[in-house]
Amino acid sequence: MAILIDRNTRVMTQGMTGKTGQFHTQQCLQYANGRDCFVAGVNPKKAGEKFEGIPVFATVQEARQTTGATVSVIYVPAPFAASAIDEAVEAELDLVICITEGIPVRDMLRTRARMLGRKTLLVGPNCPGIITPDELKIGIMPGAIHRKGRIGVVSRSGTLTYEAVAQLSELGLGQSTCVGIGGDAINGLKHLDVMQLFNEDDATEGVLMVGEIGGSDEEECARWVKQHMRKPVVGFIAGVTAPPGKRMGHAGAIIAGGKGTAQEKITVMEECGIRITRNPAEMGKLMKSVL
Amino acid sequence: MKIHEYQAKQIFGRYGVAVPSGVVCSSADEAVAASRKLGGNKWVVKAQIYAGGRGKGGGVKLATTHEDVRKIADAMLNHVLVTPQTGPNGQMVRRLYVEQGVEITHEYYVALVVDRTMQCISLIASEAGGMDIEQVAMQTPSKINKMAINPLIGVNVETAKGMARKLNLPPANWSEFAELIIQLYRVFDENDASLLEINPLVMTHDHQLLTLDAKLNFDDNALFRHPEIVALRDLDEEDLLEVEAARHELSYIALDGNIGCLVNGAGLAMATMDIIKLYGGNPANFLDVGGGATAEKVTEAFKIMLRHPDIKAILVNIFGGIMRCDVIAEGIVQAAQEVKLTVPLIVRLAGTNAEMGKQILAQSGLAVISADNMADAARQAVELTASSMQPGSMN
Repeated sequence: MAILIDRNTRVMTQGMTGKTGQFHTQQCLQYANGRDCFVAGVNPKKAGEKFEGIPVFATVQEARQTTGATVSVIYVPAPFAASAIDEAVEAELDLVICITEGIPVRDMLRTRARMLGRKTLLVGPNCPGIITPDELKIGIMPGAIHRKGRIGVVSRSGTLTYEAVAQLSELGLGQSTCVGIGGDAINGLKHLDVMQLFNEDDATEGVLMVGEIGGSDEEECARWVKQHMRKPVVGFIAGVTAPPGKRMGHAGAIIAGGKGTAQEKITVMEECGIRITRNPAEMGKLMKSVL
Repeated sequence: MKIHEYQAKQIFGRYGVAVPSGVVCSSADEAVAASRKLGGNKWVVKAQIYAGGRGKGGGVKLATTHEDVRKIADAMLNHVLVTPQTGPNGQMVRRLYVEQGVEITHEYYVALVVDRTMQCISLIASEAGGMDIEQVAMQTPSKINKMAINPLIGVNVETAKGMARKLNLPPANWSEFAELIIQLYRVFDENDASLLEINPLVMTHDHQLLTLDAKLNFDDNALFRHPEIVALRDLDEEDLLEVEAARHELSYIALDGNIGCLVNGAGLAMATMDIIKLYGGNPANFLDVGGGATAEKVTEAFKIMLRHPDIKAILVNIFGGIMRCDVIAEGIVQAAQEVKLTVPLIVRLAGTNAEMGKQILAQSGLAVISADNMADAARQAVELTASSMQPGSMN
């Protein structure tokens, strides 16, 4: 078992034929069961063509009906990415993973509002994707650093997630599933949603949660963990040294008026029984110490 | 992206939002001409800088004679203004906005913000507007009212009137307030704003609502579809190095330490700053080279970091995913040839093609200190810069 994706998942790629889409599709195909899992691409202008043997369809609906794919990954450029999500939601896919970075907030606000009451789950945008090691990789993370195992990883960041995963693998702690939820203000699944899935997943023994300054997602997740979580959770929050009022890169990490500071998050998480390390080089070690 | 108050008010004006009459000026003579043109016997002279807190910093002054206007303009123009939001170095004042003074009976606060928690735009409003709104928010949060706006519907007139009631506005002004909120939301929505703030929105002595101040920020991700807003950008107001970095698609922020950091990914970049601090050092900057760095971008990144006056060492921390470590290594070699690297360079490469990258560096003949992991890299950087600072905690 794992969460969200496994070897039986069938995936379509929206934006497969662009430069980014092509590169990452090849990488994903080479990883574990990728050849079996990636079954369709979507591009209205290239319908009927093939890339790496994968057929391209004009619409998400058609790709779904023909191949049975129920999960989509999106590499469509930012100005058109929100409509790509809309199309996947309209086609009632189970899960959409949007890798695209730089989508206007206004577009995402509308897309999120349209998703209310619909069945489709969204991961991202501006995220590395999801990987269930040795089964399926959907996204842009380097597959080689992952090991199959029993630790769930959820993170708002990209490369900091790789850092966390590499530390776990090095200590012999494999991962059940790693979910990069992305750093944008308006996005899909939050720390809390993924934590709930890990709590119900038999294959997950403990969870490493990586957060960063801005928003209050980590605090909300921590409060839920205190009440309901049956497994150990440890964490790291990036940005203790970030100056207030400054946007730290495109990750949308910004501190406003003392809210969403790293210190505030750490305090709440520790109060809720989540062990936190201040040292980003010791995330793996901390996880190991609580198992 | 930010714009000046006078520019925000021009945009507001186009949406029929009531703003005081005003003239933007860049000399004391122009300021006096403006007050004469505006007429009346009371004017407000306002420094036009991006940072807030101008009232507290002395950047908003009342004048009752044209001579006053001149004196205030002379004192403000081409002088540095320090406010609670500029940082200790302040900001040079290059423009003033002279407005007709108004008789005020009450100050309100109104803002539209991107609300992460509710996943929508929220209207925030308070009857306790003015310079101390931040204190109000901390001490009496019950005076801050919030209303979520559905992006597919927009502002509902009745809920906006409900907000007017919560602010204890006179019933005679409820419709006017609702109309104002509807127009402000249009400004926000149609221009891809990321923040709209009016502090204060005032009630004049003749019972009209008037937008006395205006702050408007825009979503950088949406600027591609708003060339007219990009044209309003005032590069004088922005940090030179940050602008230069942005031109090369680098995300750079100068800090007050002495260890330069070059990292891929914002989260890892912040974590790198954090670990340097944890080991007793101080980061000189935040720098995210992004996902698609080329050798040229890495070279530019080095040039920008080296312009920091206090730089004593550079730490490169790359976890290759999309980014290949061999590309970074080539960039480092190229940068070292182009710029005179006078400070120690500590490099940690992991992930995609890390071994290839390490080999390139080893064969380059550069004096690169190679680190096995993040902790090792930070520790070495801190040790190399430690002579110039207090010993830190090594826990």
